[in-house]
Amino acid sequence: MKDASYLAVMARRNEVMKRSVGIDYEEFEISPLAFDYERLMATTGYSLDDVYAIQRETQVGNTPLVELKNLTALARQLAPSGKGARIFIKDEAANPSGSFKDRRASVSVHHAKVNHYPGVVVATSGNYGAAVASQAAKHRLRCIIVQETFDSQGLGQPEIVEKGRACEAYGAEVLQLTVGPELFSVFLQVVDETGYFNASLYTPFSISGIETLGHELVMQLRVREGRDPDMVIVTHAGGGNITGTARGVRQAGCHAMIVAASVDLRGLHMASDKDFNRKAFTTGHTGFGVPFATKPDRSDVPRNAARPLRYMDRYVTVTQGEVFYITEALAQLEGMERGAAGNTSLAAAFVLAQQMDSNQIIVVQETEYTGAGKHPTAQLTLMQQMGIEIRRGDPQENIPGKVIVLPQHPRQMRVQEVDLDQLRRSYIKNAIASLEDSKILTDTCIDFLVDETRRDHRFVKETINLLKGG
Amino acid sequence: MEGRKGDWVQIYKVLLQPEQRSPHIPEDTKKVPLELRVKGFLTHDAKINDQVTITSLAGRILTGKLVAIRPQYGHDFGKPVPALLSIGKELRMLLDKAGEER
Repeated sequence: MKDASYLAVMARRNEVMKRSVGIDYEEFEISPLAFDYERLMATTGYSLDDVYAIQRETQVGNTPLVELKNLTALARQLAPSGKGARIFIKDEAANPSGSFKDRRASVSVHHAKVNHYPGVVVATSGNYGAAVASQAAKHRLRCIIVQETFDSQGLGQPEIVEKGRACEAYGAEVLQLTVGPELFSVFLQVVDETGYFNASLYTPFSISGIETLGHELVMQLRVREGRDPDMVIVTHAGGGNITGTARGVRQAGCHAMIVAASVDLRGLHMASDKDFNRKAFTTGHTGFGVPFATKPDRSDVPRNAARPLRYMDRYVTVTQGEVFYITEALAQLEGMERGAAGNTSLAAAFVLAQQMDSNQIIVVQETEYTGAGKHPTAQLTLMQQMGIEIRRGDPQENIPGKVIVLPQHPRQMRVQEVDLDQLRRSYIKNAIASLEDSKILTDTCIDFLVDETRRDHRFVKETINLLKGG
Repeated sequence: MEGRKGDWVQIYKVLLQPEQRSPHIPEDTKKVPLELRVKGFLTHDAKINDQVTITSLAGRILTGKLVAIRPQYGHDFGKPVPALLSIGKELRMLLDKAGEER
């Protein structure tokens, strides 16, 4: 019998991973630092057309692209003359389990089915759990979801409790844990014990499933407007959404600017029991967005197929209050009641549209379902219960974990730019720190850092020299 | 409260005591255990707080302390939030005004 203790399982980590995703990640390593990213992505064996076919089989994708005429009119009212791009939104809530995550789940679960895995397991507290559970139901595979649900008082984050309910509604076993990164070892033990497929958010299967989203929105806009979007804006957390979308947009031959947007939760610790229920957003925030940009391989697979810095042209943040405000606006002005976290990019789009010409088009690439627990009133009620002040005013007065400020007027909506070069330098620092000996940096390592940061050799070398000097 | 074999229940288990937790976590989290809650069908009659086994929705047999029989989903839409209530009206007025000016 296998030793199932924590240390024993962690020691067998690579072996467990290899079997549970069917990918030998070591095959793609090409230097002490580098791996062949494109070859890893190609290892799925599924082309874009194959992914479309897989998704058609399970009613995933082909979601409506909706023009937000009233929000555009409102943005134009606030913008200088001649400004105010048309805002479109991809209504991904129309997917079977209510979010774009169905795209990610579809390829993984299909792959698990054709490779005769008895079931699928995934560590996620988000919509992805419901997506995997829904796809597993369609393929008659067993399904286990491991969630971080409660604080030490047993108080569940309502949004995560709702996602747990959805998973159970689709017939999945849901392991609900209290706060802490040890979730990963619990997950690994389940993978090891069951022999199920690891439907990780970060495999090439998952990322390839999102490529159709980027591709599809470009194709839909071409049919409808006879032109390409000027900007595609993506809510950013773990990096898969922006990576997959951007890859799809580029595969359509579209050169739109790709913008990432996160809710600003800086200052709150992601592994803190106390901070856990002081976040009105469980995803789409900087607590994932920044670390996953600067250290993508922190994920639950040896190499993360989501490489956000390779794809973002610009990264902005908005506040919790601004996202709730735009969520309310989407319901009241556009008749679309959707989940708040998915509207992070919409909050940013409303501001960025005002900076663009009125003949330009900005596409917000997702919505998500809403409901009990996920709704702004549910989240704000929890925040009130946790002693967080909620008021109208200038969103600049927002303090994560202390004050949530909803704008008094839409002209108070703002975006904060994140300095991408600073993220790139952090990325390089983290990459170098992962090496046992920084002297073994080969030319292949440097080339890889250039690809990862989308900067030139000079930038990479200067950053490395600065690090050595410090 | 008593549960019957086949009842839909929730069980509870401590997976890691505070001293067994990862060294790389914040101090507040280090002070509390890592706990698990999971639901399934009771495999035998039992009382609350008994050690029990359940069959999970994935068909696995799991053990733990019985904490709830036919547990209710407690999450809801929360209370009406004053900071949200007037936004719709305000935005419609702004749009209406713009329409008149045009």
